[in-house]
Amino acid sequence: MDKSLQSEGNKLNVQDLIERNKQKTTFGQRIEKIIPWFLLFCAIISVLTTVGILFTLLRESIGFFSNVSMIDFYTGTNWSPWSGDYGVAPLIGGTLLITLIATVVAVPLGLMSAIFLSEYANDKVRRVIKPILEVLAGIPTVVYGYFALTFVTPMFQGIIPDLGIFNALSGGFVVGIMIIPMVASLSEDAMNSVPNALREGAYGLGATKLEVVYKVVLPAAFSGIVASIVLAISRAIGETMIVTIAAGATPNLTFDPTESIQTMTAFIVQAATGDTTFGSTIYYSLYAVGMTLFVFTLGMNLLAQYISRKFREEY
Amino acid sequence: MTKISEETQETRAGSITSKPIVEKKDKQQNRESKNVMQVEDLNLWYGSNQALYEINMDVPEKRVTAIIGPSGCGKSTFIKTLNRMVEMVPIVKTSGSIKYRDQDIFNGNFKQEYLRTKVGMVFQSPNPFPKSVYDNVAYGPRVHGIKKKEVLDEIVEKSLKDAAIWDELKDRLDANAYGLSGGQQQRVCIARALAVEPDVILMDEPTSSLDPISTSKVEELVQELKKKYSIIIVTHNMQQAARISDKTAFFLNGELVEFAETDDLFQNPQDKRTEDYITGRFG
Repeated sequence: MDKSLQSEGNKLNVQDLIERNKQKTTFGQRIEKIIPWFLLFCAIISVLTTVGILFTLLRESIGFFSNVSMIDFYTGTNWSPWSGDYGVAPLIGGTLLITLIATVVAVPLGLMSAIFLSEYANDKVRRVIKPILEVLAGIPTVVYGYFALTFVTPMFQGIIPDLGIFNALSGGFVVGIMIIPMVASLSEDAMNSVPNALREGAYGLGATKLEVVYKVVLPAAFSGIVASIVLAISRAIGETMIVTIAAGATPNLTFDPTESIQTMTAFIVQAATGDTTFGSTIYYSLYAVGMTLFVFTLGMNLLAQYISRKFREEY
Repeated sequence: MTKISEETQETRAGSITSKPIVEKKDKQQNRESKNVMQVEDLNLWYGSNQALYEINMDVPEKRVTAIIGPSGCGKSTFIKTLNRMVEMVPIVKTSGSIKYRDQDIFNGNFKQEYLRTKVGMVFQSPNPFPKSVYDNVAYGPRVHGIKKKEVLDEIVEKSLKDAAIWDELKDRLDANAYGLSGGQQQRVCIARALAVEPDVILMDEPTSSLDPISTSKVEELVQELKKKYSIIIVTHNMQQAARISDKTAFFLNGELVEFAETDDLFQNPQDKRTEDYITGRFG
């Protein structure tokens, strides 16, 4: 079929064929050159978006802090922007209260689920339970919010009769439920990646299953587990819809979970959807609160990264 | 596959007719020394695949028993059955009996955890825990409730000495075992197994991932250890079996083909298949 091939008899020389194809500049080769630039462009889009958001947050926050002193903002304990009080502590307190309740719910349940899935469940059970658990993560948060308001709150009212309709307890509880899959799934991954040789080593010494779990698997997976918890906490800090619906809109510096509170995120929703005038101090306060929130979640994410690097038990 | 191997066995057995003789010979020898473990009619299946066929074998006390055979012949499966580690694979089924000092290890009253403190194990590749040398060796005693610092110190020192690694590591007990060389790691693992003072030590190709120098250290160590312990060592290295063992068992396709004194087995194999294997005709 090809002259050069025929001239060499039936001998097929692959190197010659490759050489000849190489000399032709094809469309494919041009694509090869363009592709890395295109991929870089895609990666840069999200970097630029982050930078843009950060820039806007900073600029508007600076605008806000020219009206309200930063010291008043961070040390004040009264948040009523419509009457000119901009002490952010009640909002931070609300966020922390929700986060604390969520963590208390999610960490034990998530961790136990992870231990069950990784160490006790057989393949069949794991293949059924894990996807179902992960479905929890796919439920829209607004559904969680109504679940908290219309189901969890009445349920808690059965136990605590004078619990208000809006309260931190059911909001935090449901946020906790929402982040269980995150703790469970990431912790399970961490435990699964502990090599079986370590388990065998412990079993070989006569350790029981439970001893293997808490003396070998958990320490070896420690960094992954902590990272999953910190990431889940960071998710709880940023959670908006559930707390807006279920936890109320009362900036209230309290650690009583039965009271109505307001989180940073819930305030942003309230102010951004209300009749806030553009350019007013309240409008700018959105950015200052947003900035504070961003610092919190960024801090948690960095902490998670630090922990997973620092405490990695190498195996 | 099973059918073919059965056929070859029949034809070969026909030409050599040694199998019954070997078994008789074994039984005679076993009367001479005490046995620490006795395996009777052991069959083992992974799901529907049979991996071990009718194994009968008596493990002598305070001697080194080597198990040789080509890859996939069931030798690792066999020694993992002796401390019931094989049951970590959920689809495993067994029949027959294994006795450890006259107690049936498959008996429901006989606890796996107890068995494994008596029948310790060293694995194919070193698997220290990602902890300090000290914590590695102290792991077993701690699991079994020994908490006193002085007692643990003594156990750790003694075990590391018995594993011939104390001099190298006595100043680095707090160092992570992962920072050690492969040969050191394996000897720490041996020390870890010794720390619970087992009766039998199973070694599953303990030198297969080690360099020649570390290998010879472990081999020397085995010679020392047999004064106190009964050792069963799986190896795919026939020279190693010849060097360090007192008795050798040859496994092929899940069967125990021949089990005899090491010198006899290597110099005067009774079965044609053993001869073919040790002269390097296959495997």
